[in-house]
Amino acid sequence: MADNVIEARGLLKLYGAQRAVDAIDLDIRRGEIFGLLGPNGAGKTTTILMMLGLTEISGGTVEVLGFDPVRQPLEVKRRVGYLPDAVGFYDHLTARENLVYTARLLAIPRSQIGRRIMEAMESVQLADVVDKRVSTYSRGMRQRLGIAEIVMKKAEIAILDEPTSGLDPHATFELLEMIRGLKRMGVAVLLSSHLLDRVQSVCDRVALFNKGRIALMGTVVELANQVLGAGHPILVEASGIDIAAALRGIEGVQKVMPEGPQGSEGGAWRVVADRDVRAAAAQRIVSAGGALTRLADLQPSLEEVYTRYFQEARHAA
Amino acid sequence: MQRSIARREGSPFTGLGPVFMKEFSDHLSSARMMVLMLFVIAFGALTVAPSLTELRNVTEADPFLFLRIFTSASSRVPFSFTAALGFTIPLLAIGLGFDSVNGEFNRRTLSRVLSQPIYRDALLLGKFLGALATLAVALVALWLIVLGAGLLLLGIPPRGVEVARGVAFLGVAIAYGGVWLAASMLFSVIFRSTATSALCALGVWLFFLIVWPLIVPTIVVAFASPDVMSGRASIDETLALIQFQSFLDRLSPNTLFGEAVIGLLNPETRTLGPIIQSQMYGAIMGAPLPFGQSLLLIWPQITGLIAGTIVVFAAAYIIFQREEVRA
Repeated sequence: MADNVIEARGLLKLYGAQRAVDAIDLDIRRGEIFGLLGPNGAGKTTTILMMLGLTEISGGTVEVLGFDPVRQPLEVKRRVGYLPDAVGFYDHLTARENLVYTARLLAIPRSQIGRRIMEAMESVQLADVVDKRVSTYSRGMRQRLGIAEIVMKKAEIAILDEPTSGLDPHATFELLEMIRGLKRMGVAVLLSSHLLDRVQSVCDRVALFNKGRIALMGTVVELANQVLGAGHPILVEASGIDIAAALRGIEGVQKVMPEGPQGSEGGAWRVVADRDVRAAAAQRIVSAGGALTRLADLQPSLEEVYTRYFQEARHAA
Repeated sequence: MQRSIARREGSPFTGLGPVFMKEFSDHLSSARMMVLMLFVIAFGALTVAPSLTELRNVTEADPFLFLRIFTSASSRVPFSFTAALGFTIPLLAIGLGFDSVNGEFNRRTLSRVLSQPIYRDALLLGKFLGALATLAVALVALWLIVLGAGLLLLGIPPRGVEVARGVAFLGVAIAYGGVWLAASMLFSVIFRSTATSALCALGVWLFFLIVWPLIVPTIVVAFASPDVMSGRASIDETLALIQFQSFLDRLSPNTLFGEAVIGLLNPETRTLGPIIQSQMYGAIMGAPLPFGQSLLLIWPQITGLIAGTIVVFAAAYIIFQREEVRA
């Protein structure tokens, strides 16, 4: 209880008869990076807006740092930094002027404003362009400026809505680094995204949204176990032998599936076992006269979890 | 449900100061303000310059010579400075307000600003006051320019009472601007597109400028009994009809502004409505009213303008509170 920064119970949002957010329970712990995942329109942004008191709550409760966003939105917003999807700044002002405006709204003492802006801009590596107009900023720089705003605010929670959408791989990498930086500062980060492989690399826990409900919640590994089944997948690539036959005999192996298009023999195979069978697999292939070209431990991929889950959800429907 | 009666905590005016200061400085330094000011000054000069040259040739003693700069229309330009202001102030106000909320929405700054510790109340009010202050600065500057030009060209200083009437006129002009500012902000809250809100605000302005004065007589005639039209009705019936017409006229802020200006800047004005012979008994024709009495005469007009501003602003406020901020 004490180390939950956000607690939602039965949180509900109705748009007419449509349940945009359907009675979700959600806990965000202090200092973790939590990912809200799901297709567009699954209710991620609505959930975020309700936490900030920016949209009305139709039912249930949510507590942010012990405050009620409905009754005490100012207290919540003073402590929570929010980076909206495709954040906008005043283009005709410089980055510094934009941050000064925010600082004034936050009632930061005048004597501290200058120093806190420069510290924040240094932490996102924009210190050298602080006096350039925001109209000259690239999209990635704007997102970083948004992070700088959160740093300047000294927020306890950072809520980032689709922070990496529309960024090139390099800018995405930099931004994720900064999100890790926020975590190092002790900030709890809640981020929503549909870019799964990126999110996987930073999130401690994730929640998978589907049609206003949380379908799955937990660490990536837990989710993978739930959706893909428990087990230890490895990837084997070899030539010269019938891999499937060679590997099926190993103790603990549950499934051997071809990975990608297959020839009559060789190629890449996915092996699911209840333990790490890499050593045994290598031995078996070599002793059978095959040439082992690749043997890899497969981390469960969030993308796979996601795709599989929604395939199943669709089949079930 | 418990939630529906829950009251929010914290002052609704938290953050009002910063919003006001930002809006004010943004407006003052914006290119748009430059263009609008050029427009207003051009109109002002167009009307003031000819009337000044004509007033220089006035030889008869006029105790309110200075006020005539504002109200007299020269033979060359058929309308006065105040008439020009009645026309340009709404444009200025609409120009300042039409994109105040939807502009923020379209630049995607609205949700970021609202995620700071600030209520929507403070944002909307700060924007309104910032634009109103800009409008006031523009009008004061214009007023001083006209006063200065008058001093230079006429060569006589204005009397105290003339300055007082002039300042009161300035107040009325700002209140008039407030109505149109609130109206243009209302449209900027209703419509997501800035072009649509600008068009709607201009449409309302044109409606009151051109269409309403044409419609009112038609409505009045439709309500009038044949007796009144043929002049056989009693004085009470006729008066009632005239009052009905005034009421309709005064729904337009332009009329309220025009009447208030007449009352303030033409001290001889004794009434803004119909007057019957017996009421004129004992009055000295053409004698000016004291400033206090003139103010009393136009008090309803001033109240009307301010009330209109508040009503329209309240409508904008209610709609803004219910609006979703998400893109």
